[in-house]
Amino acid sequence: MFYREAGDFSTTYPQDSQTFPIRFDRYRYYAVLVIAFAVVPFIINDYWLNAIFLPFLIYSIAAIGLNILVGYCGQVSLGTGGFMAVGAYSCYKFMTGVDIWLMGADGQMIQYALPPINIFFSVILAGLVTAAVGVLFGLPSLRIKGFYLAVATLAAQFFLVWLFNKWEWAYNYSASGQINAPTRGFLGVDVTGPATEAWATYLFCLMFVIGSAVLARNLTRGSVGRKWMAIRDMDIAAEIIGVNPLRAKLSAFAVSSFFVGVSGALFFSVYLGAVEVGEAFGIQKSFLVLFMIIIGGLGSIFGSFAGAAFMVLLPVLLKNTLVGTLGWPTDLAAHIEFIIVGALIVVFLILEPHGLAQLWRVAKEKLRLWPFPY
Amino acid sequence: MMPDQLLFAMEVTLNGLMAGVLYALVALGFVLIFKASGIFNYAQGVMALFAALTLVGIMDGQVPFSHLINAMFGTDIHDFGWHVPAVLAIALTMVLMVGFAWLVNRLVLRHLVNQEPIILFMATIGLAYFLEGFGDIMWGSDIKKLDVGLPQGLNAFIDDTTYGWFGYGFFIDNLDIVATVIAALLVTGLVLFSQYTKQGRALRAVADDHQAALSVGISLNFIWVLVWSVAGFVALVAGIMWGAKSGVQFSLSLIALKALPVLMLGGFTSIPGAIVGGLIIGVGEKLFEFIAGPALGGATENWFAYVLALLFLVFRPQGLFGEKIIERV
Amino acid sequence: MKDTVESFQTPDGRTIGGVMMEMKHITLRFGGVVAIKDISFDIREGEIRAIIGPNGAGKSSMLNVISGFYHPQEGEVWFHGSRRPSMKPFQVARQGIARTFQNIALFEGMSVLDNVMTGRLTQMKTGMMAQAIWWGKAEKEETENREKVEKVIDFLEIQHIRKTPVGRLPYGLKKRVELARALAAEPKLLLLDEPMAGMNVEEKEDMSRFILDVNDEFGTTIALIEHDMGVVMDLSDRVVVMDYGKKIGDGSPDEVRNNQDVIDAYLGVAHD
Repeated sequence: MFYREAGDFSTTYPQDSQTFPIRFDRYRYYAVLVIAFAVVPFIINDYWLNAIFLPFLIYSIAAIGLNILVGYCGQVSLGTGGFMAVGAYSCYKFMTGVDIWLMGADGQMIQYALPPINIFFSVILAGLVTAAVGVLFGLPSLRIKGFYLAVATLAAQFFLVWLFNKWEWAYNYSASGQINAPTRGFLGVDVTGPATEAWATYLFCLMFVIGSAVLARNLTRGSVGRKWMAIRDMDIAAEIIGVNPLRAKLSAFAVSSFFVGVSGALFFSVYLGAVEVGEAFGIQKSFLVLFMIIIGGLGSIFGSFAGAAFMVLLPVLLKNTLVGTLGWPTDLAAHIEFIIVGALIVVFLILEPHGLAQLWRVAKEKLRLWPFPY
Repeated sequence: MMPDQLLFAMEVTLNGLMAGVLYALVALGFVLIFKASGIFNYAQGVMALFAALTLVGIMDGQVPFSHLINAMFGTDIHDFGWHVPAVLAIALTMVLMVGFAWLVNRLVLRHLVNQEPIILFMATIGLAYFLEGFGDIMWGSDIKKLDVGLPQGLNAFIDDTTYGWFGYGFFIDNLDIVATVIAALLVTGLVLFSQYTKQGRALRAVADDHQAALSVGISLNFIWVLVWSVAGFVALVAGIMWGAKSGVQFSLSLIALKALPVLMLGGFTSIPGAIVGGLIIGVGEKLFEFIAGPALGGATENWFAYVLALLFLVFRPQGLFGEKIIERV
Repeated sequence: MKDTVESFQTPDGRTIGGVMMEMKHITLRFGGVVAIKDISFDIREGEIRAIIGPNGAGKSSMLNVISGFYHPQEGEVWFHGSRRPSMKPFQVARQGIARTFQNIALFEGMSVLDNVMTGRLTQMKTGMMAQAIWWGKAEKEETENREKVEKVIDFLEIQHIRKTPVGRLPYGLKKRVELARALAAEPKLLLLDEPMAGMNVEEKEDMSRFILDVNDEFGTTIALIEHDMGVVMDLSDRVVVMDYGKKIGDGSPDEVRNNQDVIDAYLGVAHD
C-alpha cells in the first residue's frame, strides 16, 4: 500500500526515462542523499570511516566501473587490480609533480618537474590515464571473446603489477619501492596525508561516488548504454543493426577503466596513504571487485553499491563475531570468509544471476501490489 | 654470443622444457573438463593445491579441521600421531578427489546446465575460492613439505655427461626428470583411455554434442563425475610434483594459473595443443627471463606467458591446434 | 521486359522505381563448399522481392552477403548506382539496410522498448561526453528518437509489451519486435529472413499484413526469404528462385510458378 505507483503518470518521454520513475523511489533517493551529505559527516569517526565508509565508497566506484564492462558490455575482465594500480600510481605522479627527463646539450639527463596538481584533478587525470591503458588492453577484445578475453586480461593484471614493481620512475625512485601520499588539500581542507579529518575524506570520496554513479547512469540509459548491451546480448546482431563493435567495446573499456582508475587513485591517496603494488593491487583485488558485481547484480548501478557494501561488511561482521565475540584466531575467520564468499558466488550464479539488485527489484514488485496481490 | 652464454641458454632451455611439461600437465586437467562439459575450470589450480594439502595432511596424520575444532571447543589437538605410507595416502587422497568431483557435479554443475560459458567460468572462480578456504580450514594454511620419496637434487649423470661434452655440467633436477616421465606416461594413458575404452568414447561423444550423446543413452552425470575425477587425479599428480619442488603453499595455485595461457596457445580442446603450448611457454618464459630479464629488472616470468598468449591470440584466436570458427547468424 | 524500363505500375497501383540494389555474378565459398554460384539479380525501389528455394539453396547466405556479414569471393554488389566496396555489417546498416533474422536475434537482456530503440542507433549521434551529462542535447535526442520508436510500436501493435523483457515474450511477438527494431531504423531496404517461419496461420496473416503495410505506407523496399509458397506468391512483386546455390528462376510470381526448372526443384526430379 505505502509503496505504490498508482497516480504516478509519465506524460512525457523524458519523464518516462528518468532514473527513478516512481515518486516514492525518488523521495527515498533524496533522503539517502540528505543523510549521506548532511548527517553522516557529523557523526562519522575514524573507525567507521576506515573500516566501512571509505572502502565502501571507493570500491563502489570500482564496482560501477567493472559493472559497465562486465554487466553492461559483457566483456569479463580480471585486470581490475592492475587498472586500479595504474590509477594509484598516476595519481601519485600527478600529485607529486610529474618529472620528465630530457637529454641536455652536454649529453647529461636533466630532470624537469611539472608542478604538483591539485588532488581533485590528480584523481580525475589518473582516471583518464587509466582509461587510455584500459583501451590499450581492450584492443584484443575485438578478436577474442568470453573467457579467452578474461584470461587475456590476466596479462594486464600481472604485467601492470610487475611494471609498477620494477619501474622506479613510477614510485619516484623511493628506496622502499612504496608510494606515500603527501599531505594535500581540496578547498583548503586536507584530504590526504597522515592528519586528516574523518568527515573531510568521507565527503571527498562521496563526491566522486555520486559523480560516478550519475555519469554511469546517464551513459547506460542512453544510446551508448544500448550499444554496450547490444554487444553483450548478441554481438553479431549488434553489428548488423549498425553498432561498430570495436568502438562500442573500446568505449566500454575506456569508461570502465576511468572509474576503476579513479577508484584506485582514491584507494591509494585517501584510504591507504601508502601502497606497495603487489599487496594492494594483486589479483585478489580483481576478484574482489568481480565478486562485488556478481553478488550485487550484473548490469545494475544499484547492484554495484549493494555488492560493494556486502563485500566490505562481510569481513567486518565475521571478524566482529568470530574474533571479537567468540575469540577465534583471525586467520580462521579469513578462511571462513573465503568459504562463504566462494559459496555465495556459486549460489548467486545458480539462483539469481542478477544478484542482490534483482532480489531488491522482486521485493519491490511484491511490495507494489501488497497487500492485494491480485 | 659467447660460447658460455650459449651453454647457459641451452641449460635454460632444457629447464624450460621441464617446467613446460608441468604446465602441460596442469593444462591437461583443463582440457579434459573443457572437452567434456564446455567448462573452463578456473579451480583446477586450487584443486592441485587442495590435493597436495590433503596428501600431506593424511601422510602426517593431521586431524582435519583441527584448527576449527580447537577454536570451537578450546581443545588442543593437532595430529593422530601416526604416519601413513605415501601409496596409501595417495589412494585416500584420490578417493577424496572423486568425492569432490561427485559433489561439484551434484551441487553446482547440475544447476548450471545450459548456462553461458562465461557464467560457468565465474562459477568455477567461486568454486576456487571456496576450495581454497576449505583446504586452509581443513589442513591449516602454513607452508608444508611434501615428500613422497621422489628423487631430488642434481642429476649426476647429466652433469657428468654434459661436462664431458662441453666442459660445463648442466644442472638438471632429478625431480624434473621424474616429472617429465610421469607426465609423458599420464598423457599417453589419457590418450589411450579416450581412444580405446567405452568411457573414453562416451566422453568424446559428450564433448561433440551433449544432446546427441544423451539421446544414445550416455549418462551426462556419469561422464561429468568421471571427467572431474580424472581432472582431480591430474591435479593430484601436478600437486605432488610442484609440492615436492617448492613446498605446498598458496602460490601453487597461482603457478597452476599458468596453464591458462598454455591453453590459449594450444587451443582449449586439443591434448597435443596443451603439450606443445606448455613446452612453448616453459621454454619461452625461461629464455625471455635469461635474455631480457636482467635489463628489465627480472621476474618477467610473472607475466611473460600471459602477454605471449595475448599477442598470439590477437593473430590466431583459435589457438595453435583449434579449429577455425565460422560464425553464423 | 520489365528490367529495362525505369519505373512501372503494379496491378494494385503501386509504383516500382528503378534498380536500387544489384547483385552481379556473386560467388560465395566456404572452404571447398560453394554456397552461392554466380548469381545475379536486382532489387527495385519500392518492390517486395522474394527469394525462395529449398533448404540449403543459399538464400540466407545471399541475405548475409547483402548485409555485409559474408564477403563473396567473386562478384559485385551495386547499391544506388555505384559499386559497394567491401564493407563491415555495421557500415552496411548505416547505408540504410536493416534486417531480421531466421533465428530471432533480439537482445534478450533488454526490454522491448530498448530493443526497438537500438534500431535508432545509426541515427543517434550525440557524443559520449554529452550523454554522460545527459541534460540538453542527449536528452533531446533521446526524446526525438523515442517519439519515432513509439510510432513504430503503435504501428506494429506492441504497445502493451513495451516494458517487458524480450526473453519473456512468446515466439510470434518476438518476431514482431524484431521487425519493429528493423523498422525503427527507417531503412531504405528491409531484409526479412523467413519472417513467418514457425508461425500459425493467424500469426502469418498478421505478419503478411504488416509487411504489406510497411511497403505501402513507408514505401520501404523489401527483400524476403520465405518457405510458405502461398504467402510468397501473394506478397511479392518479383521472385528469385535458388537451388543448390544457383539461380533457376527470376520473374513475377506467375512466371516463376510456370517455370519448368522451378517445378522440378520443388517437386523433385532426378538430377542426372
